[in-house]
Order: sequence, then C-alpha cells, then structure tokens
Amino acid sequence: MSAVHATAGRREFRISRVVTYALLLIVAVFYLLPVYVIVVTALKSFVEVSHTTPWQLPTVPSLQSFLDAYSSLAPSFFNSVLLVVPATLLSALLGSLNGYVLSKWRFRGADAVFTLLLFGMFIPYQSILLPLVLVLDKVGLYGGIPGLILTHVVYGIPITTLIFRNYYAAVPTELIEAARIDGASVLGVYRSILLPISMPGFVVVLIWQFTSIWNEFLFAVTLTLPDSWPITVALNSLAGSLLAHYEVQMAGALLTALPPLVIYVVLGRYFIRGLLAGALKG
Amino acid sequence: MGRSLGTFSWDRLTPFALIAPSIVLIAIFVYAFIGYTAFVSTTKWYGIVPDYTSAGLTQYTDLFGLPRFQADISNTVEFTVLFLAACILLGFGAAVLLDQHVRGTILFQNIFLFPLAISFVVTGTVWRWILNPNFGINLLLDEVHLGFLKSPWLADTRTALFGLVIAAAWQMSGFCMAMFLAGLRAIPDELREAARVDGAGEGRIFLHVILPLMRPITLSAIIILGHISLKIFDLVYVMTFGGPGFATDMPSLYMWVAVFRQNLYGRGAAIAMVLLFMVALLIIPYLIWSLRQEVER
Repeated sequence: MSAVHATAGRREFRISRVVTYALLLIVAVFYLLPVYVIVVTALKSFVEVSHTTPWQLPTVPSLQSFLDAYSSLAPSFFNSVLLVVPATLLSALLGSLNGYVLSKWRFRGADAVFTLLLFGMFIPYQSILLPLVLVLDKVGLYGGIPGLILTHVVYGIPITTLIFRNYYAAVPTELIEAARIDGASVLGVYRSILLPISMPGFVVVLIWQFTSIWNEFLFAVTLTLPDSWPITVALNSLAGSLLAHYEVQMAGALLTALPPLVIYVVLGRYFIRGLLAGALKG
Repeated sequence: MGRSLGTFSWDRLTPFALIAPSIVLIAIFVYAFIGYTAFVSTTKWYGIVPDYTSAGLTQYTDLFGLPRFQADISNTVEFTVLFLAACILLGFGAAVLLDQHVRGTILFQNIFLFPLAISFVVTGTVWRWILNPNFGINLLLDEVHLGFLKSPWLADTRTALFGLVIAAAWQMSGFCMAMFLAGLRAIPDELREAARVDGAGEGRIFLHVILPLMRPITLSAIIILGHISLKIFDLVYVMTFGGPGFATDMPSLYMWVAVFRQNLYGRGAAIAMVLLFMVALLIIPYLIWSLRQEVER
C-alpha cells in the first residue's frame, strides 16, 4: 500500500481521503452492478431486452415484466409466506426455551448437549437428505409445506438455541435466584424475568430465520412438489421456462429478493447480529 | 445452579421437559439420519426399491475411481481456495477502508452487506446473466475500454469456476468485512499509541500490531466460509448445474443428482458421507476451540 501516510501526530492509521473514496467507489460499483442489471433489465420490454444494448437504460420504461413475473410467481410467493411465518415463530420459541435451559439450568452434561446440538447447524444437509425424504414420505408430509416447516424448525434449533443462550447468558443469575426464593417456578422465572427482556433476542432470531428460510433452496427443491414450491424454486424454474425473457427473470429475482431486503433495510443491525452469531461469538 | 434451591418437586424436572423435544428431534434428524446415510453408503442400493445387501466399502472405492467425482473433489478444493482468498482480501480491504472514518461509512457498509440478505438463487439468476459471454459483462467491458478482461465466463470449462467464485464472493465477502470491521474497531487506541511512543511508523504499526490482531478473526472467517464453500449447492444448481461438462460440478450437487435423478442411493449416500467428513474436519476442531475459549472466559 503506497498510499499509506506515515504522518506523525495523527491519532490513527489513515489512508489519504481521495484514495479511500476512490477505492470505496470501485468496490461499491462491483456490489451494485447486479442491482443495476436487475433494475434496468426488469424495466425493459421484451423487444428491447433482445436488443444488443443490454447495459443501456430502457428507452421506454415498462412495468410489463413485473406483471408477468408476478402472475407466474404469485402462488409460490404465498407458499413462501405460509412456510416462513409458522416456521420462524416455532423455531424462535424453541430456541428461546432451549437457550433459557442451557444458560440458566445447567444440568450435568449441558455443555456436551449444547455442542451436539450445535454440530447440527454445520452439517451438509446432503448427509441427512435421503432419510429425511423417506421419513417425511412415510408420515405423509413429503411434497407439501407442512413437511418443509417441520424440516426448517428442526434444523433451525441449533442456531436459534445458540443465539438465545448467548443472549440469556448476560442476565444476572442473582435475578433468577431471587425469583426462585420468592417461589417462582421454572416456567414462572421464564415468563416473569426472561421473556420481558427477550425482545431484542427474538428480533435477531426472527429476522435470521425469516431470511434463511425465505432464501433456502436445497430443502425446498427436494421436499416440495410444484404446487407447494416456495419462491426460490419457482424463480429458478421460471428462468428455465422463459429462457430469453430476461426482463421477466430479473423482475422475478427482484420479487424474490424483496422481503428479505425490506427487512434488511428496516432492521439491518439485528440482521448483522444474527449473521455474526453464526461465528459462535455472542 | 438450581440444585440448592427448594426441595424436590416436579418443577425441578421442568428444564428437562422443556429441552427434551429439541434433544429428541436433533438426535433423530441429525444423528440417526446420519447413521442411516452411513449405513446406506455400505449397501448396493440403486433403483427405487431399497436393497440393503452389503457392499462393504465398494461404494467409496468406486466413487474415488470415478472421473466425475475426481473432478468434484478438485473443483471443490479449487473453488474453496479462490472463494476464501477473494472474500478475505475483499472483506479485509473494505473493512480497512471503512475504518478510515470517512463520511458515508454507513452507506458503503450497507452496500457491501446487503447481498448477504439475498438468496443464492437470486444471486445466481443475476450473475448468470452478467456472465453470459455474448451479452453480459463482456459488452460492458468493451464499452469502458477494458476489453482485455473479456472472457467466455460460464460458457467455457476453463473459466466457469471463476464465474462461480465471482458470484459467491459478491454475496459472501460482506460477511468477512463485518467480522474484520468489528475486529478493527475493537483495537484500543492505547495499543496504537504505545507503538507510536516506541517510535513505530504507521506502516509498521499496521504490519506488526494490527495484522497480527486479525489472526483469530481470519481463522474464524476461513472456517465459517470454508464450510459454506464445501456445502455450496444453490449457486451451482442455478448458475451452471455443474457444467459445462463437469467443470463446476461439486460433491453437494453430485450427491443430489445421484440420489434424486439417477436413483443411485448407495453412491449418493457415500458422496454425502465424504462431504460430511470434509466439513467435520473443519468444524469439529473449531467447535472444541470455541467452547474451550468460552469456558476460560
């Protein structure tokens, strides 16, 4: 780095401002390139997309692509909603209870149990996919949304437990002991002490699970039949059936990305907290 | 705690009752299922009807003799190395830039992070278009006089893997950035001051004080992104489905194809076990290391 200024007296390690901005802009262009592609392509009509000027702005902006994409993807969009809402709520609830027990009722072997739970979040799901399909098929849950909900709730247990365990670890044990002396039951302590302060933890977990489940593809493509396809599977299939219609593909991609993006824009810092929790540091 | 409080009551069993469902579910859906997959990998089973005739380890020996699987292993290693290098360099570079306290830091930070919120399927759909040799980025490169960077991208066996790396790094490098930025911001000013008092220049401080402090974060990033990279499925499925030829095929995709397209259950199970083994090699030491750190704290 030739741009490093070894200026004595300055408080911190500094790169010259101009160079910093120039480099930041170059990196930003790389990250924003796909956004430009999506927006510009989606706003074109089919006639213009097939032109040889894919990088230019549309001469006559058209919203037809969004109507086309919506009419193809609407059923799967609602499948995704039906999947994500219950799966997210259930796994947050389980994670919260597990986190409570593993941080405040540390029975013998609790750490071993926690480690064994955690391992479940790193496994490649290919290693459980075959028996999962067979079992879901046997109990009549293969092909539809309920089976996919169950799957996401189960494999969401490790990460949600991890986040809540770290979150509750910061709650002073004295508080719980005091409540116990006052005669509160185990569940009473949870309701009266932990639940009221759990909001930020729940926000992190709900956002994390919502985003992961909405975006997920492997379970979705393996466990559901076309009528129950979540939107990621439908988007991929749309690209296959409308090969040259890049404007519809891009509009569809935007529609698929929209719910998690809205959440990111509104609640970004909680999203990042969930993200870093995956690195096992609370 | 809890043991000393009160006398025996059913209440004491509540914690176990609360956590039991999760333990049972994980025991079945993770450990028993892995056990079943391991078992299937030692059988001859192909075709729809289960065939549990023992095949010993022949599924594995056959697998490593297959050109497709050999390609998978070298692809997954090459992809992982390139992907990690790209994410760490881009992520660390971006973090250093964002740590300069310039105006607009929050905006740039969000620009680098938003891809993490998006599905790999969306990323794949868009980058497949950008990396289309006839009518994606190549045309733009011509226009801005960077024609020497043109490439057949996803259409050629020699470059397709790089296309995947670019798309994957676009999506995941923000994760590295966030980790490094958190690390950089946690460095106390006193440390820099002390080095300065000792007469160290800014460049030396960067090399000898700041970089070494980034080592544990780099290790965490390598393990987290490394295991994601070994498991990568969605992006490959959407962008190339392993092609052209087997140029971008990965164990994760081949397992899926073997089981759900070709009914080669024994082989698919063996691939899954190899994949699990690779991930475990990376993750288990990390889990032990993190939990030990936690105990020390």
